[in-house]
Amino acid sequence: MAVASNDEIRILTPSGMLGYGFPVDHFKMGLALKPHAITIDSGSTDSGPQKLGLGEMTCSREAYVKDIEVLLEGQRAGKVPLLSSSAGGDGTNLHVDVFRDIIVEIAQRRGWRFKLAKIYSDVDKAHIAKELKAGRIEPLGPVPPLDPREIEAATVVVAQIGAEPFVKALDESEGVDVIVSGRAYDPSPTAAMAIRAGFDPALAWHMGKIMECGALCAEPVGRNVMGWLRRDHFEIEPLNPAERCTTASVAAHTLYEKTHPFLLAGPGGTLDLSHCTYEQVTDRRVRVSGSRFEPAKPYTVKLEGAKTSGYRSIFIAGARDPIFIAQIDEILAKVLAATRAYFKEVPEETYRIIPHLYGKNGVMGELEPVKTPAHELCIIVEVAAATQSLATAICGKARTALMHSPYPGRIATAGNLASPFTPLEIPLGQACEFNVYHLMKVDSPTALFPIQVEEIA
Amino acid sequence: MQTVPTPLRDIAKVVRSKNAGPFEITLDIVFKNRADFDAVKQSGVITKELVSELYNVPTQAIITFGFFELVNAVKITLPRPRPQGGIGETDMHAAQQHVPLQEIRVPWPAP
Repeated sequence: MAVASNDEIRILTPSGMLGYGFPVDHFKMGLALKPHAITIDSGSTDSGPQKLGLGEMTCSREAYVKDIEVLLEGQRAGKVPLLSSSAGGDGTNLHVDVFRDIIVEIAQRRGWRFKLAKIYSDVDKAHIAKELKAGRIEPLGPVPPLDPREIEAATVVVAQIGAEPFVKALDESEGVDVIVSGRAYDPSPTAAMAIRAGFDPALAWHMGKIMECGALCAEPVGRNVMGWLRRDHFEIEPLNPAERCTTASVAAHTLYEKTHPFLLAGPGGTLDLSHCTYEQVTDRRVRVSGSRFEPAKPYTVKLEGAKTSGYRSIFIAGARDPIFIAQIDEILAKVLAATRAYFKEVPEETYRIIPHLYGKNGVMGELEPVKTPAHELCIIVEVAAATQSLATAICGKARTALMHSPYPGRIATAGNLASPFTPLEIPLGQACEFNVYHLMKVDSPTALFPIQVEEIA
Repeated sequence: MQTVPTPLRDIAKVVRSKNAGPFEITLDIVFKNRADFDAVKQSGVITKELVSELYNVPTQAIITFGFFELVNAVKITLPRPRPQGGIGETDMHAAQQHVPLQEIRVPWPAP
């Protein structure tokens, strides 16, 4: 294994998302540059709460097997530790174990041996409730204060791992080959490698922040990216020769999906990029300096949780008649009132009927500034109720009522809707909702995150 | 110099929207160069009040609003109308909430 010198640590990140695939030839070019670690994240809340709520993963198991096999092959060829974060997307203990099982499967099939460290991040609900009572939990952004009932309702709550648990895992398991972690702040694996080798935490977090997205900082955007971190700066370059990092592309990268372009809060502190300097070193490589890191006192971690919130059914229908379209809001109000009256035995607050009107405001909803509808509408009516069969029943009543509802000036008396699909009512299964998104003060950055080491043969 | 009202979609390099976590929408307007950035900033057209009007959100609820010259960009972060991916969602990734911004017209040199 290459040991980081006092002057430089090199990190290879093959992709911004484990499971999406990446070009293997560029990954091998990165391995030839003798990185001190391969880091790769697979976490995101971006595709929705159903992962935390129902235990689903971002990608299929098959996709993870494909990527992990290439990564393990690289790990062995380069004799370089592989650090992967946020297993399965949400990083629950369940998905850390799925990744572990995938590694065991591949190791057995290929006759490989690994020393594996797992870092878990599920947080005990009783502990969260106790900390809430002690006033140590606050909302993160425009989120309501945490209600103890929401902790109970959440399927699972995870906390985001910072750099320290990765450092601890590397310290405690001499010669570890692979680390699979639960939910982590995306830059943590890269930052941990650099901080452990004694480099400036500000540069370590900033380089991690850029590399966690793979070569998204390049033009055109790509996958494999290499970082060189030194005493007072770092450099970044995509491995695909057809891509280049520019001062503009690297500086602008921190805009993406972030609340603020220069102030990036994470476990244990805030990264401040407002005084950074970006220099073009070659036509494809950029040097960054001037990053600052303000430690948070006390240390806080982000909690993420989601709950299930009933079952959904929808119907999808088109409307083309301009007499109907001109009155759509009034017609729908009448139809929904009739549907509610028909189901008068079901308490009103236990179900919801939400129309989506594409061609009017289906994409932007209440934010839509354009008020004139298009010449045709796609109408999707979403019903959420306590059971699947009730959701489908309410949905069916709303559909038939809308199909046959009379309205002023109606001359198309056979039906108001064009239905493309059967089943006419489509069950969607359970709905989920993020209900924990809060900051919790902790005394130790590592105490919440148990580490287990095992030899896989 | 003669100017005509020109939409940002004809001026900016990037106008986009995306989730910033499950409870926020962030909007980026990235300009091609400092000169364009400065000209739009000096026009005084893009303000918190305009964003408040376009997105039907009170000015005091706007989380981030600013012209950031290091990246030649305007960044705006708003609360999401509802938590991401829940019942009633219209845009899981908040990837199509940028259009009111690209239609903003600023006085621009006539082509």
